[in-house]
Amino acid sequence: MLSHRHLIVPLIAVLFSLPLSGWAQHESEEHQEESSHAEATHEGGHAAFDPTATALHHISDANVFTILDFIRIPLPMILYSKDEGLDIFSSGKFHPGEHDNGEYAYHRYVLFEGNVHRIKDPSFPNDLVEIGPHSFSEHIDDQNDEVVYLNYEGTEYQLDPRTTLDNGMFGGKFTSFYDFSITKNVLSMMLVAMLLFWLFRKAALAYSRRSGMAPSGVQSWLEPVFTFIRDEVAIPFIGRDRYLKYLPLLMSLFFFILGLNLFGQIPFLGGTNVTGNLTVTGILAILVFLVVSFSGKKHYWQHIFWMPGVPVFVKPLLAFVEFLGVFIKPITLMLRLAGNIVSGHIAILSFIGLIFIFGKAGESLGGSVVGTLMSVPLTMFMMAIELIVAFVQAFVFTILTASYIGAAIDDGHH
Amino acid sequence: MTSLIAIGAGLAVIGAGIGIGLIGGKAMDGIARQPEAAGDIRSGMILMAAFVEGAALIAILLSIFMLQG
Repeated sequence: MLSHRHLIVPLIAVLFSLPLSGWAQHESEEHQEESSHAEATHEGGHAAFDPTATALHHISDANVFTILDFIRIPLPMILYSKDEGLDIFSSGKFHPGEHDNGEYAYHRYVLFEGNVHRIKDPSFPNDLVEIGPHSFSEHIDDQNDEVVYLNYEGTEYQLDPRTTLDNGMFGGKFTSFYDFSITKNVLSMMLVAMLLFWLFRKAALAYSRRSGMAPSGVQSWLEPVFTFIRDEVAIPFIGRDRYLKYLPLLMSLFFFILGLNLFGQIPFLGGTNVTGNLTVTGILAILVFLVVSFSGKKHYWQHIFWMPGVPVFVKPLLAFVEFLGVFIKPITLMLRLAGNIVSGHIAILSFIGLIFIFGKAGESLGGSVVGTLMSVPLTMFMMAIELIVAFVQAFVFTILTASYIGAAIDDGHH
Repeated sequence: MTSLIAIGAGLAVIGAGIGIGLIGGKAMDGIARQPEAAGDIRSGMILMAAFVEGAALIAILLSIFMLQG
């Protein structure tokens, strides 16, 4: 029997295990291509360029902030395991090198493709160990799952699967440690939150200082967007008399999502993919779900569980459908935002990958030139589309939240 | 099996494409007939498009899960 504690621990783990990758990390096509770039470079030859693996690596979260593949900013690692206890150190200890693979192991933790993994075998030396570059290899096990091995002094050590929601929860795999690290995505969220706070504080001060005067500076940037969300989203969907209670939530959602969408669009700056991460959007969707459920009036719940005005034999059927709808609404919120942002990033990465596909991973210069000529306009076009998508998806998330809240607090008198 | 799943995901996208296309087209018709109602029509359009997209996303998520499992 499940006690509360058993339910709460995974829930908290889910809520805070933010260093999760983008979704679709392990599609099976990828599995069949056994020649991973780690193995290929190990043998010293030219690595066959694998666009799928490269794209997925670039959209996933990392424990190191890599800018242009040569500036690597170490990030704090906060790891907890039941047998070893709490470990707090900097990811610089791993000495991340090529492909963000760590060249050192520390306390049986290693950095593989930017993500922390743990060595399963407890006989591995439990302190700082130099493992050198190119010591990881990926294999496909009989369940068609990817397993990573570390070759250290002639022995193969199996690594834990990565700490991802898609692997940990849906694939039924759990790591032997909890990861509370400040990853690239967490750092981006903090940066964007601080930027928004600074901007809005500045605007708010300007309103109190220049009251009655025309807006200036940052005010004139924020005011049209702010009034647009208020007049086109909050008031029509929630109602003129009650919208003020929910306006802070809607504005925070809109500007947070917009800020993160645009931050992920900045080229060469780490290429963070925060709003394309299912966990981040999942938490936002859970917030919306809680707000909607707790502000739901009698009218709302009555329409879910015992729809008035329909024959009795239809009522249980409708109740079933409507009850599913209560959960499907936040799930689609989560998927829509993550799906749109991830697909945009993958499209851009695939277009950039054209350079390497045509150039045969650096062997053919003429091919690279042709690839570049194709890739640059396509990428610029895609980035322009992505700018629109950044605004539209933030807007859609907000407008849907407002419509769900509006439906929940509607008391049926109008 | 993999190709069947891929076909399923593709079909879901076709369905969503038809749906969003119809919504967008009708909304443009409506705005052309009544430009003064453009604001209302536009927000309704985005809302409806988001719902259609939601149905397609569920199908795509299911196919991703089937690919993994």
